[in-house]
Amino acid sequence: MPSFARHALMLGPLLLFLALAYALPFLGVLEWSVTLPRPGLGQYRTALSDPLVLSVFLRTLRICLTVTALSLVGGYVIALLWVRGGPLTRALTELCILIPFWISVLTRAFGWLALLSTKGIINVWLERLGLISDPLALVRNEFGVVVGMTHYLIPFAVFPIASAMRGLDERVLMAARGMGAGRARLFWTVFLPMTVSGVLGAALLVFVFALGFFVTPAILGGGRSVMVAELIYLNIFQIPNWGLAAAISVILMAAVGLLGVVMLRVIRPAGLR
Amino acid sequence: MRALRPHRLTLIAGALVAVFLLLPLVSVIPVSFTPRRFLSLPEGDWSWRHYADLVNKPEWGQAILMSIRIGVVSSVVATVLGLFFSLGVWMARPRMSALLMGFVLLPMVAPPVVSALTLYFFLTALSQVNDLVGYDTWAGVALAHTVMIAPFAVVMISVALAQVDRRIDLAARAMGAGMMTRVFRVILPNIRFGVATALFLTFMLSWEEIGVTIFITSVNVITLPRLIWMGLRDNIDPAVASISVVMIVLVVLVIGAKTVLEHALKRRGPL
Repeated sequence: MPSFARHALMLGPLLLFLALAYALPFLGVLEWSVTLPRPGLGQYRTALSDPLVLSVFLRTLRICLTVTALSLVGGYVIALLWVRGGPLTRALTELCILIPFWISVLTRAFGWLALLSTKGIINVWLERLGLISDPLALVRNEFGVVVGMTHYLIPFAVFPIASAMRGLDERVLMAARGMGAGRARLFWTVFLPMTVSGVLGAALLVFVFALGFFVTPAILGGGRSVMVAELIYLNIFQIPNWGLAAAISVILMAAVGLLGVVMLRVIRPAGLR
Repeated sequence: MRALRPHRLTLIAGALVAVFLLLPLVSVIPVSFTPRRFLSLPEGDWSWRHYADLVNKPEWGQAILMSIRIGVVSSVVATVLGLFFSLGVWMARPRMSALLMGFVLLPMVAPPVVSALTLYFFLTALSQVNDLVGYDTWAGVALAHTVMIAPFAVVMISVALAQVDRRIDLAARAMGAGMMTRVFRVILPNIRFGVATALFLTFMLSWEEIGVTIFITSVNVITLPRLIWMGLRDNIDPAVASISVVMIVLVVLVIGAKTVLEHALKRRGPL
């Protein structure tokens, strides 16, 4: 057998499998978006002009930006301890990253329900202490969604940032210190600017992940702060308007694709090279 | 000596983030011992009833078996497909390897909800022509999981292959080794750890998969995450807390064992 054929036999199965089970059906979704319920671009027009859909897009954007900012701050602090802390700090930080990372998204969302719901730990304790008379609404709203998503995404922010911090040349810091830079100056003018590529990589990664989030907002939003992924679900299984669900999916895919191109071409983040 | 050690304020901020990361995991524990049927804290009347439910109610055992079955089938198929593909790219170095790789990684980088809708379309179409593989069948779910986890197998195995010294393959080839010998006696022994990691990771990803599974199952196929999802949606079932505690304990034990083992190995020096 010629080597070309043998190599095609190795590459072929997965390519064929994904072409049939993924690429082709995606074209089918594309077809739904321009044919259901009638041919034309009507569903795209609805998706981009209907006030209800637009409000979901806006909420998704707002939540994703908030969650990205919070995850970056939390992730940077954790990465700093993980990369530059002493041996004990490093080991403990690693556990704090790895344990949540390996626990299912459902368990983690449930943990927040147990803490934040009206009969949850925080409300019960505050009531027992007499600080509040009525339980606070901490969940089944946007606050709960932001908390749960930030919790899920911090580990994903840590990896690119930590990778940028590890790649930093120690001698640059030594030089800055040798030339009299104090601790604060060393951090703000040398260390932070030199790790900013990792921060940008983490920002894009977290933002893209957050855009398509389904499980956490569905559980912690309690149907009240619907995000784009849950809107797709509702349009398939409850409303149902398959054409609109397909059109929103195509728009979401295009947005993520665009961000992906930016990620690869313009920024070349350290953690994702 | 390092030029920049974390400041005391950084340590405090880090501790706060660490508490934030671990708090929801710890808070599941008291809730799981409530004697009541709804989400609540025990008030001195701790009870094991929700742990007993896990054993006594058949649906939990059935869901675990279903998840294991789907996980084993999809992780084995995904790892084999990914292994073939990664080996092909490594050995042939095709001109368009970046493009091929990009295509194969699509299900990993696309928003999960878009993949979910795509696979829903695929499986409902399959259901029209056969009863075995389709919407709300275990084989259909295994097929969908294979699509979602195969990219991870490709990544893990490609990373392992990138560390193999090409010269040993060239040497084997120069000494007349055929394709089979090169793959089975030269390359595979060098990446067996990567292949095992890929198998484990893909199994875990299938075991935990929920975003796609919600779209492609309804009443017949209930995986463990799907059962937990149902227990979370309407009235929160405290049995979810007890299964969560079981899973958290397992993860902590495994990661703890791994950490201890690594430290022991480090102290012993390189093998």
